[in-house]
Amino acid sequence: MNLSGKKILLHDMCLRDGMHAKRHQISLKEMLDLSTALDQAGVDLIEVSHGDGLGGASVNYGFPAHSDEEYLQTVIPAMKNAKISALLIPGIGTQDHLRMAHELGVHTIRVAAQCSEADVTEQHIGLARELGMDTVGFLMMAHMLSPQELLKQAKQMESYGANCIYVTDSAGYMLQDDVEQRVSALRQGLDSNTEIGFHGHHNMGLAVANSLSAVAAGANRIDGSIAGLGAGAGNTPLEVFNAVAERAGIISQADVFALMAIAEDIVIPMMDEIVRVDRDSLVLGYAGVYSSFLLHAKRAAKKFNVPSEQILLELGRRKTVGGQEDMIEDVALELSKR
Amino acid sequence: MQAIKAVIIGPGNIGTDLMIKALRSKNIDPVWMVGIEAASDGLARAKSAGLRTTHLGVDGLLDEIKQLRQAGDHSADVQIAFDATSAYVHAENNRKLQAENITVIDLTPAAIGPFCIPPVNLQQQLEQAETNVNMVTCGGQATIPIVAAISQVQEVEYAEIIATIASKSAGPGTRKNIDEFTRTTSRAIEQVGGAKQGKAIIVLNPAEPPLLMRDTVHVLTKKQPDQAAITASVEAMVAKVKAYVPGYRLKNKLVFDDNRVSIFLEVEGLGDYLPKYAGNLDIMTSAALHTAEMIAVRLSGQQLDPIQ
Repeated sequence: MNLSGKKILLHDMCLRDGMHAKRHQISLKEMLDLSTALDQAGVDLIEVSHGDGLGGASVNYGFPAHSDEEYLQTVIPAMKNAKISALLIPGIGTQDHLRMAHELGVHTIRVAAQCSEADVTEQHIGLARELGMDTVGFLMMAHMLSPQELLKQAKQMESYGANCIYVTDSAGYMLQDDVEQRVSALRQGLDSNTEIGFHGHHNMGLAVANSLSAVAAGANRIDGSIAGLGAGAGNTPLEVFNAVAERAGIISQADVFALMAIAEDIVIPMMDEIVRVDRDSLVLGYAGVYSSFLLHAKRAAKKFNVPSEQILLELGRRKTVGGQEDMIEDVALELSKR
Repeated sequence: MQAIKAVIIGPGNIGTDLMIKALRSKNIDPVWMVGIEAASDGLARAKSAGLRTTHLGVDGLLDEIKQLRQAGDHSADVQIAFDATSAYVHAENNRKLQAENITVIDLTPAAIGPFCIPPVNLQQQLEQAETNVNMVTCGGQATIPIVAAISQVQEVEYAEIIATIASKSAGPGTRKNIDEFTRTTSRAIEQVGGAKQGKAIIVLNPAEPPLLMRDTVHVLTKKQPDQAAITASVEAMVAKVKAYVPGYRLKNKLVFDDNRVSIFLEVEGLGDYLPKYAGNLDIMTSAALHTAEMIAVRLSGQQLDPIQ
């Protein structure tokens, strides 16, 4: 793997995917402290939204401490170099949310869909492009499609106007070959001007290695979160990946020691529980289950007195996808009858 | 009573499923299927089922009816129209049909007329002799009766619904315009369900074999929920919906958690034209037909024959 000289863009997820791990209760002060520190440390892009994207505030996914608007209004004016992105999942958020984000100064919109359902993103990607935004198509649970099928979906998003397509390992299920094959298929099949990104989860302990494989196969945007603050066992720990990338000769803007300091001084103290590969998050990765189900399953396990890993395994067997958090209580109820 | 004659506009999946159901109805006689393509499979199916067809749209339909009338033939007259086309053409269709005194049941997201959720507000719409009613969305038909059942017991601050449907049952119209679902459904949760604030979420699931339509309703009541009264009201409402959507059922007992009430539902289709997993499409065609049957009773001024 010769990675020397490859240029990448780092995208931090603490203030969006990390919202899952924080039960959407990140304070405005924490948002501001962390985002300004990331900006100073040279992180290119910072995602800020409800964990389930703009408009995610709900019983199903959790009501946040503050609205998307409040978070974005707090963070955006404080940025010197970093740009702010927001996630939007059609079916949850709408074009109204997208317009709001654009008006507040969001630079990058990431329109997400289950990887086989790219055609629900047409209006949103089209609108974002019309508004002149950096427009990303985000193919979730990408392990569920073969590389060639994934490419077809990616091409649809590209045809709607996306200038970057992500291979998103929402379940932290992929092994390095899985990542390499999918990113390569996209790199070969998409327009050479279309960027490719990789979003990992650390459920199988492979997020850093997977991200390296993605870069080797042609991805130039890498998602991660400092200290892995994210759903499941967390995202690719960004300070770790950045250090590894530097050793491998990959060129990023972020400062290795500054990111380490943010992990120790800001993010670890923010955690309600240390985000790590525990039994439940390992089950997520092993069985290919959407990472954000983790804390919901732990809650349902307590309420209905069934083991959380059994709930997660059953959700895997039923081939649930992102957004189906309502199935967790339902499955727990059924397991409790057995 | 004599069945009231009806036209189905739009010979796609929904229109065809509706036709099969209407052919079984004692109160509705589907006599026309209207399309815009001569080579349409849907029109061919309707023709072989014994319906009159035209591929010249609503204009073609009204022209033919006029010509027959002039010749003294009233067998092709209709009093009810189902519009299963798209929001874009519905307004124009509606204008032309209304001019002929035809009552319109709108299965598109156009929502020109009031939202119709049969067990909640159809009676009131019949009394007001509405000439255009809108069937909201599949998720709305499945969940708003439940929201209303709780509103009937006590004040609902907030109601949220999550509709999960099989990818295979989501047509290109739904996919291209998924925001319509979220917006229309959340509005109807407030207007018809009686929630102060409504929210709707839709998830497409690609699993094979396809899953049945699933709906979850989360309601936040203003005061502590009266568990017994809410359970009874929800169960009574489920029975009312089941009367016209046989595959509609509660999946689990109600969950009460502080001021939250959660209800889990499943909708299995009849498998007429669409597969059984497509409960989302079945509940739309069933609700539309049920609405038409009730309108037919009003038009004929008689009692409704029991359905099936």
